[in-house]
Amino acid sequence: MPAPEPQTQITRPGQALLVQLWRENPIFRQVLGICSALAVTNLIFNTALMCAGLIWTTTMSSLTVSLIRDYIPRRVRVMVQVLIISVYVIVVDIVFRALFFETHKDIAAYVGLIITNCIVLGRLEAFASKNKPLLSAADGLGAGLGYSLILLFVAVVREVLGFGTVLKNTAWETVVLRGWEPGVHETWWRSWTILVIPPGAFFVLAVAVWIAKAYDLRRQAGTQAKEAPQAKEGGA
Amino acid sequence: MIAETAHTAPGLALALILLSAAFTDNILLTRFLGMCPFLSISRQLRSAFGMGLAVVFVTTGTCVLNYWLYVYLLKPLEAYGVPAESLKLILFIVVIAAFVQLMEMLIERISIRLYFSLGIFLPLITVNCAILGASLFMVNNVASRGFGTLDVLVYGFGTGLGWFIAILLMAGIRHRLRNAKVPAALEGAGITLIITGIMAMAFVIFQGMIKL
Repeated sequence: MPAPEPQTQITRPGQALLVQLWRENPIFRQVLGICSALAVTNLIFNTALMCAGLIWTTTMSSLTVSLIRDYIPRRVRVMVQVLIISVYVIVVDIVFRALFFETHKDIAAYVGLIITNCIVLGRLEAFASKNKPLLSAADGLGAGLGYSLILLFVAVVREVLGFGTVLKNTAWETVVLRGWEPGVHETWWRSWTILVIPPGAFFVLAVAVWIAKAYDLRRQAGTQAKEAPQAKEGGA
Repeated sequence: MIAETAHTAPGLALALILLSAAFTDNILLTRFLGMCPFLSISRQLRSAFGMGLAVVFVTTGTCVLNYWLYVYLLKPLEAYGVPAESLKLILFIVVIAAFVQLMEMLIERISIRLYFSLGIFLPLITVNCAILGASLFMVNNVASRGFGTLDVLVYGFGTGLGWFIAILLMAGIRHRLRNAKVPAALEGAGITLIITGIMAMAFVIFQGMIKL
């Protein structure tokens, strides 16, 4: 990615992307924005679709808001931002309806809920309304990718353990869980129904957050001295 | 099935809608909507109560408004080539934002005490997924179960009530949790999610009793 001239604390699009992807990952750090997609995470394919929709929406709405940031009156800015987001969500809705009709029927309501996803609005409010277009787009893209990373992890755990399938594909089931013999109906694998029903999502997500935070705490203890000189906090 | 019960006993049907919206189909615990305010505001019982009450009001009101708009405006327009299913997204969010703004102004005039206990949560509500979610799932119910205005009113109220109960319970549990020893990495969001999962199990278990 080309680097534009330094203006703010986070200066390069690549840097903005990486910061959102891991260091300030919206889900690990603040547990924001899981609303719109956690309900579909018991199937990997649905989750991937929702993530694609969210990445598109954050990136494009960040870009748009950043482009017109000087012309949005402050008092009505949230409403303007919400309207911009909903335009992009409608695009997602139409595209999904056209390409994945069967899946769209299951996730239609959740696609609409991307509008109120806290991550999208949060990035617009915190970053895109103050920064340059390219930088904001990278920031939005990073937030979307960071979000997808976690949700796909949750989805893989839930589908594989809950249904014993991968992408609804029973190849995994027959090969790994039942052994190679084709005629065997008995499987040593008992599907974890708890992961298919809603509470399972909470448990898997909690474990994901737990692992990430434990890893962070351990690393912090190790390299506290090294990170001290880096002052990345800055006023707007 | 609700549609069959409705012919025999309308009151029972409404009670079933209420119970299923509030408990077995709890919008927070089974559909994960409204998680952000749930996680951030459930730290204190007082604010949880205020936010929950605001959600009940707004969900009930916007569900009915959006139902009228959907059935009497968008659906008839569909015959003229208006993409109702896509347009409803933008229409619903505008209705919700306007409703919240109006309510804020109204409460400020009527009771300044109520304004200070409820008013500060109102701006946050526009982007509460549970509100938009209730309206979107309401549309699904209209299509599959033929909800009327009264059904929608009860459904909206039940959905809000379910969210209210969940955040109130969580605030109470988190209050007691302050004295508990939690692993460092699990503090905050982690432990809240696990408790929410256990709560969700308790709510979901009713599904065998109340089948909508």
